[in-house]
Amino acid sequence: MDWQFVFSQALTQAIGPTMLVYALGAIGLNLQFGYTGLLNFGQAAFAAMGAYGLALSVVAWGLPFWWGILIGLAAAVVMALLLGIPTLRLRADYLAIVTIAAAEIIRRLARATVWSDTTGGSDGMRGFSEPFFELIPWDRDSTWTLLFVSMDNGRLAVDFGIFELQYSYRDTWIMVVGWALVLLICGVMALLVHSPWGRVLKGIREDEEAVRSLGKNVFAFKMQALVFGGIIGAVAGFLFALSRANIQPDTFTTDFTFYFYVVLILGGAARVFGPVLGAALFWFLYNILSQGLGEAIRADVIPPSVLEMTQVGPLVFLLLGLGMVLLLIFRPQGLIGNRKELLFDVR
Amino acid sequence: MLLSAALAGLLLCLGVSSSAGAQDAFGVHGLLDDQQEQPVAGVSITVTDADGAEIASVVTAEDGTWAVPLEAEGDYVVTLDESTLPEGLVVRNCKPQLEVHVTGDRTALFPLDTQVDGCTPGESPGGGTPSDDASDEPGEESSESEDAAADDAAADEVSEVEGEGGATRAISLLVSGLHFGLMIALAAVGLSMVFGTTGLTNFAHGDLVTFGGVMALLFNVTFGVPVWLAAIAAVALGAAFGWAQDWGLWSPLRRRGTGLVSMMIISIGVALLIRNATLFFVGGERLRYTEYVGQTPWDFGWLVITPKEVVTGLIALAVCVLVGLALVFTRLGKATRAVADNPSLAASTGIDVNKVIRLVWTIGGALAAMSGVFLSISDGVKFDMGQHLLLLVFAAVVLGGLGTAFGAFVGAMLIGVFVQMSTLVVAPELKYVGALAVLIIIMLTRPQGILGRRERIG
Repeated sequence: MDWQFVFSQALTQAIGPTMLVYALGAIGLNLQFGYTGLLNFGQAAFAAMGAYGLALSVVAWGLPFWWGILIGLAAAVVMALLLGIPTLRLRADYLAIVTIAAAEIIRRLARATVWSDTTGGSDGMRGFSEPFFELIPWDRDSTWTLLFVSMDNGRLAVDFGIFELQYSYRDTWIMVVGWALVLLICGVMALLVHSPWGRVLKGIREDEEAVRSLGKNVFAFKMQALVFGGIIGAVAGFLFALSRANIQPDTFTTDFTFYFYVVLILGGAARVFGPVLGAALFWFLYNILSQGLGEAIRADVIPPSVLEMTQVGPLVFLLLGLGMVLLLIFRPQGLIGNRKELLFDVR
Repeated sequence: MLLSAALAGLLLCLGVSSSAGAQDAFGVHGLLDDQQEQPVAGVSITVTDADGAEIASVVTAEDGTWAVPLEAEGDYVVTLDESTLPEGLVVRNCKPQLEVHVTGDRTALFPLDTQVDGCTPGESPGGGTPSDDASDEPGEESSESEDAAADDAAADEVSEVEGEGGATRAISLLVSGLHFGLMIALAAVGLSMVFGTTGLTNFAHGDLVTFGGVMALLFNVTFGVPVWLAAIAAVALGAAFGWAQDWGLWSPLRRRGTGLVSMMIISIGVALLIRNATLFFVGGERLRYTEYVGQTPWDFGWLVITPKEVVTGLIALAVCVLVGLALVFTRLGKATRAVADNPSLAASTGIDVNKVIRLVWTIGGALAAMSGVFLSISDGVKFDMGQHLLLLVFAAVVLGGLGTAFGAFVGAMLIGVFVQMSTLVVAPELKYVGALAVLIIIMLTRPQGILGRRERIG
């Protein structure tokens, strides 16, 4: 068994493009759930809004790339308003049920054959990412070395001696943009949640009535949190679509949202860097488990009678589900959260 | 007449839709999946030209796709060999043959289901063909020459036949909607009562449904027990599972004073756990029991229904009535309603609240398992069946009023009928969308539901 390879792979993924998607989605959720106490179970739909907004604009309507980004963001805002207006005055679990239903509606509409000429049905869409990759400022054949970081024909390699991280030409660009976005949004979040506005949000989470009695428009604040969180979700959708260079409706299931929650709680809700830390740890654990088990099966360490290759995925997600339950029971604050901040309840 | 016109339009878009922009490939292709959107593999499909000469015969791949490249434009007949379909599946509109006009890359789709809709296999209903003209389809005559005379005789009465087909279809959909509603109701009563007594929105309730289906599968297929006995065992195990969940997880959490939001997210973790455990042990395919698959339906002329649907529907109805009566007339039932109404007041009158909650979990688990077994008898077991049902159960519970047992029942019947009847006007693949849209509209206009009270919504 090649443990070095497994470890390198897991570490590569732990700061790689997919991790950034989960980090961004969970940052949006952090604003909604962690700071404001809104149970948005439809973050996958906001990501789908971003991804489909971009893909439809570029592929189906032939608009420029940046128009696609704008349309994706606008679609997420519209959806947040549509979902928020009826439910934000109600109890928290009503928002949960409505958002989960809305996410399922979006997914089923996206995969419907009725308009599959435009949306591609269950096959999804592709061919919208070229303008993004044309923006890469370095050439495909650029080669340089700086200490332990090197670029070889557009591929980025970080060599730590024992293990090596490698990223393809396109993944490197996704990571540059993704990490810039994550840091930027985290910076804005840090400013926001420490502003008077952010304190009102936390107040709403702790005691909505008290905040209302201070003359604050609770509904408007909740709506702003839902919209901003949704926009960040749409950004996660852009990155998701671009990193895969295609979109498929069945990737935007409710499970997608649930993994955002795992990421958020693992890192620590109501902390600015909680989601980033959670996403890195989640993807590291996921990859080391699935790659490690896969490698063990290939090397005949685990005989096929005990575990087959197709069972690795379910087993890993089973363990992650179990981990989530245990984490919430025994350490609800995650890695860096504050337990006192997460005792809020539905009212 | 309007109805059947809509129906024809519906089948038209289901049956054959052209795919744009794929000029590089020339031929006919499709994706074969069943009513649960699962790909169907190993079905043989033959393409013949207008004269009946065979061009190619292909078998659908693992992912349900198939394709036949063609060389010239023209009319072709695509025939699905129904004898190669998995047991229990038929072509819903009884049209295993499609006539397609190929000018580029065409898509030909066959709607598969466990039962036919308003037609009898081997016969052609009016309006079911893409050409919208049943009697002069060349492929029809070549394979079903014995029916050709009957077709000709009925040709001048096509309009009446079409009208009748629409009405029959509506009745069939109504009945299957009531059946589906009863299945939702079995699951919804448990969910609603758990919410009523503990305030927990349990996102793992759908997976209790799956649990029932899987347990019956275990007894039926692995141990070789007849289905009825396996069903009883599954319901008993479902009750035990509900009891054990409350005993081992929820009751300790309540004692610790864990917040409802945390519990809700824990229930998501439980759902992931059960679902992936099922996937791990059972696999991702849709599995069927050894009995009652592809049952010959009773044909009353105005209604075609399989005996298994009648039996499971009646049992479900009886169980729902029994639960309702027990809630109204027994001591424990009254105690349950009291706890649902106001737990602290109920506790102060000497009711053991935790005992009541344990009972609610046990019965909820049993009913969900029963729903799972009955659904599996009709459609087979799949690891994510409960997950998809859960949203409809939510819709039913919200429609009826969260926390009320009777509201859940009424809501479930309405949602079941709505889901099935909506296929008269929208594509079957979008039928869940309508139900979920109803859920959101109810939230907007009457968040307390039909039977709920204003104060519950907070």
